[in-house]
Amino acid sequence: MGVTILSRLLQSLAVLVAMSFVVYGLMGLMPGDPIDLMIAGNPHLNAADAVRLKALYGLDRPWTERWLRWLAQVGQGELGYSRLHARPVMAAMIPALVNTAILMASSLLLALVVALPLGILASLRPGSVLDRLVNLVSVASVSLPVFWLGLMLIVVFAVELAWLPAGGMAEVTGGGRLAHMILPVATLALSGIGQYARHMRAAMIAEAGHDYIRTARAKGCSPARVVIRHQLRNALIPVTTIVALEVGGLFSGALITETVFAWPGMGRLIYEAVMGNDFNLALSGLLLATAMTLVGSILADIAYVRLDPRVRTP
Amino acid sequence: MLSFSRPAARSILMRRLLAALILMLLSWPAAAKDELVIGISQFPANFNPLIESMLAKSYVLAFAQRPITVYDAKWQLVCLLCETLPTLENGLAKREGKGMAVTYTLRADARWADGKPVGSADVVFAWQVGRHPQSGVASAEAFRRITWIDVKDARTFTVHVDRQTFDYNAFGDLGPLPAHVERARFEPAPGEYRNRTAYDQDTTNPGLYNGPYRIAQVVQGSHVVLERNAYWAGAKPAFARIVIKVIENTASLEANLLSGGIDMIAGELGLPLEPTLAFEKRHGGRFSVITRPSLAYEHIDLNLGSPVLADVRVRRALLLALDRDAMTRQLFDGREPVANSMVPQLDWVHADDIPKYAFDTAKAAALLDEAGWKPGPGGIRVNARGERLALDLVTTAGNRSRELVAQVLQAQWRKAGVELKVKTEPPRVLFGETVTRRKFAHMAMFAWYSAPENVPRSTLHSAMIPAAANNWSGENYSGYANPAMDALIDAVETELDRPRRKALWREIQALYAADLPALPLYFKADGFILPRELKGLEPTGHQDPTPYWVENWRWE
Repeated sequence: MGVTILSRLLQSLAVLVAMSFVVYGLMGLMPGDPIDLMIAGNPHLNAADAVRLKALYGLDRPWTERWLRWLAQVGQGELGYSRLHARPVMAAMIPALVNTAILMASSLLLALVVALPLGILASLRPGSVLDRLVNLVSVASVSLPVFWLGLMLIVVFAVELAWLPAGGMAEVTGGGRLAHMILPVATLALSGIGQYARHMRAAMIAEAGHDYIRTARAKGCSPARVVIRHQLRNALIPVTTIVALEVGGLFSGALITETVFAWPGMGRLIYEAVMGNDFNLALSGLLLATAMTLVGSILADIAYVRLDPRVRTP
Repeated sequence: MLSFSRPAARSILMRRLLAALILMLLSWPAAAKDELVIGISQFPANFNPLIESMLAKSYVLAFAQRPITVYDAKWQLVCLLCETLPTLENGLAKREGKGMAVTYTLRADARWADGKPVGSADVVFAWQVGRHPQSGVASAEAFRRITWIDVKDARTFTVHVDRQTFDYNAFGDLGPLPAHVERARFEPAPGEYRNRTAYDQDTTNPGLYNGPYRIAQVVQGSHVVLERNAYWAGAKPAFARIVIKVIENTASLEANLLSGGIDMIAGELGLPLEPTLAFEKRHGGRFSVITRPSLAYEHIDLNLGSPVLADVRVRRALLLALDRDAMTRQLFDGREPVANSMVPQLDWVHADDIPKYAFDTAKAAALLDEAGWKPGPGGIRVNARGERLALDLVTTAGNRSRELVAQVLQAQWRKAGVELKVKTEPPRVLFGETVTRRKFAHMAMFAWYSAPENVPRSTLHSAMIPAAANNWSGENYSGYANPAMDALIDAVETELDRPRRKALWREIQALYAADLPALPLYFKADGFILPRELKGLEPTGHQDPTPYWVENWRWE
C-alpha cells in the first residue's frame, strides 16, 4: 500500500508540473495585459509608463522564460509575491483559502447529509411517490442556475422577509457568522443535493440486483441489515469517487456564489489573479486546487480499500 | 387677579406640557448615525497611492489621503493640502528659462494620523519614489518633469519643472508620502518598494493617512473600515466609522441596499446608469438617486486606414444618420448628454460654436450619394464596384448599455443604407489587442476617461498612432494624422494664458468635429443611490472622487 501511495504521489507531482506549464501557457497566451487596461482607464498614464511597468513586472518577456523562472523559484520553496496584492502569495491566499474551505465544506456536508438518505430512500421503492419526488427535487436542483438560486434566496430571505443578511460574512466574527453563512451554504448545498441523491439512488439500485444481495436476504438478514451492511457499503464506492473529486473544489472556491454573496474566497481571488495577469497568485491557487483533487483521488483509493476488501493487494 | 378652577388649571397645564413636548420633538436633532456603510463593486488590490492605478483604491484612499490639489465639483483646481493655489498672477508660479518654478506652502494644521506633521520632506520623498524607475509607480510622467524641489522650510517648497505647461499648478498625482514611515522601506531596496510598502504590509498604520479618516481594518476581498483621524484639524466628519463593502454582483448590491446591508451605493464604482434608473423607478421614494454626467466620453473610434472610412463624407453621413438625442432619451432617460466633441459641457474649455451633427437623414443620404454609395439591393448602399456599405463594429462584451446602443446603431444606420455587423469582445481582449494593435476593421465603441482640460495628445496627435515601429505605443487608434491638429495640441499644452488657451481649445474641437476621426456619442453619467438622510455629498463627474469632501457629508 505504501509503495502504491508513493507511486501515486510521484505521478501527482508530474501532473502538477505539467499543469503549471499548461496554465502558465494559457495565461501567457491571453491577449493583452492589465497594464493596457490600466492605460485605458487612467488619463495620466502614457505609453512610456506602459513600457516601464511591463518591463518591471516581467510582462515583456516570453512566457516560457517566466515559467522556467517560476518553476525554479517554487523548487526552492518560494511562491513569490502577488503582483496585484503586493504581498507574498501565501499571505494573500490564506484568508481566502480559509473562507472557501468553510463555505465549501459546510455546503458539501449539508448536501451529503440531505442527499444520501434521500437517494437511499428513493432507491428502496423505485417508481414510488417518494422516488418520483426525489427525482423531481434532483432535477430541479441540478437545473437551477446557481446565480439565480442565490439571488432568489437573497430576495426572499434578506429583502422581503428580512430574516437573514444578504452577505458580508467577513464583517462579523464568531457565532455571528452563522447567520451570514446560511444563504450561501444553502445555495451551494441545494445545487449539490440533486447530483448526489441521483448518484446514490443509481448506485443503490445497481447493487440491489446483485447475487450477494439475494444471498444475504436468503440467509435471513433483516432488510435494514441488507441495505446498510451489504448494499450501501458497495453503493458508496462510486459515490466516494465523486465526493473525492469534490475535494479540489473545497480549495478552489465557487466563483458565482462567492460573487453573489460577497464571500471573499478562492474563486474570486483566482479569477481576479487570472484576469490581472498575477501569474504567481493564479498559478498557486489553481495548482493548489489541482493538488487537492489529486489528494482527494488518492484518498478515494484508500477509501476503496476500506470499503471493498477485494481491492486490497495481496 | 385671575383665578382658575382646578379642572381649568389642569387643562391649561396639560396643554402647556403637550405644547412643550411637541416643541421638544420638533427641535430634537435627527438620530445621530455613527456608521455609514457604502457599497462598491471592486476591491482595492493594494493601497499605496502611487503604485498601480485602480479606481477602487482611489475611492477608498480619498477618505484617508489628501492630495495637494484636486479638481472640485465645479471642475476648478483647488488646494486641499496647500494654503494658496500657486498662479502666475499671485507670483507663486514663475517662468524660469524653458521651465517653471512653482511654490507651495502646506497647511500648518496638516497631520498624519499618528500626530506627525505633513511637511515638505514628505513631498520630496514622494518625488524620490515617483521618479525611481524601479519603484513601480504607475504614472511617472509628473515626477519625471520635476527637475528639482527646493525646500524653503518645513512646509514650503518650490517645484522646478522642465517645461511650461498650462497645468503647472495641478499637483494631483504628486501627493505627499509619509517619509517617517516609508523611507526605511524604500531606500534600502527601491526595486522592492512595491512589495515592502507599509500601505500593504502594515495598512492600518495611522502614520500613512492624513485625511479625515484612517484605515482601521482591511478584510481582503470583503470590506475596509475607516475610522476618524484623531489629528484631523478640519471640520469633524459626521460618521465615527465608514465601512466600504465590496459586492461585485450588481443585483446583490441592490439587494444589500434594500435589505439594509449597506446604506448607499457609490456612483464612482457602483451600478451602471441603466440599473440605477430602473432602481429609481422601483424604489426612488426610499432613496435619493443622483445622476451626474461625467468625463467618460463614449464614442466610436474609426479605423481611418479603411478605404470606406477614409472618406470624411462617409464619416459625417454616419453621424448625421444617428438620432443620438432619441438614443440617450430612450436608453438613459436623457441623463447622458450627447457629445459633439471629446470635451464635455462642464469643462471650461468646452466650445459650443463648432460643427454639430443633428439627426438629418436627407443630409446623410446626400453625403453618401456624393461619396459614391448609391442605394442598392435590400436597402444597403453599394459603390460603383458593387461593394456593399457594410461596416464592422467591435465593443466590450458584458456591457448591457453598449449592447443596447449597438442595436440602435444597427437599426438607425440600416435606414440610411449602411449595414452594421456587431461583435463583442471581453475588455481585456478589446483593449489588450484589438484596439491597441489597431486590429478592428472599421469601428470600435468604448469610452475614454479623461480629466478636466485633458489635452488629447495621446489620442489625436499623429505621433501617437500605435504601430509595430513604435512598439504599439500611443492611443490614437483611429490613425488620425492632421498637421493642423498636431500644431494645435503642441500649442495648447504650453499656452499659459487662459483666454488664448480657450481659443486654441475651440479650434481643436472645431477641427475634431469637422474631421471626425471618431464619432462622438455621449458622456456617461455616474449614478449615486443615497439614503434620503445623507446630505452634502456632491458628485464631481471627474477622476477626483466625492470622498475628498467627506467632512461635508452629514446625516439629517
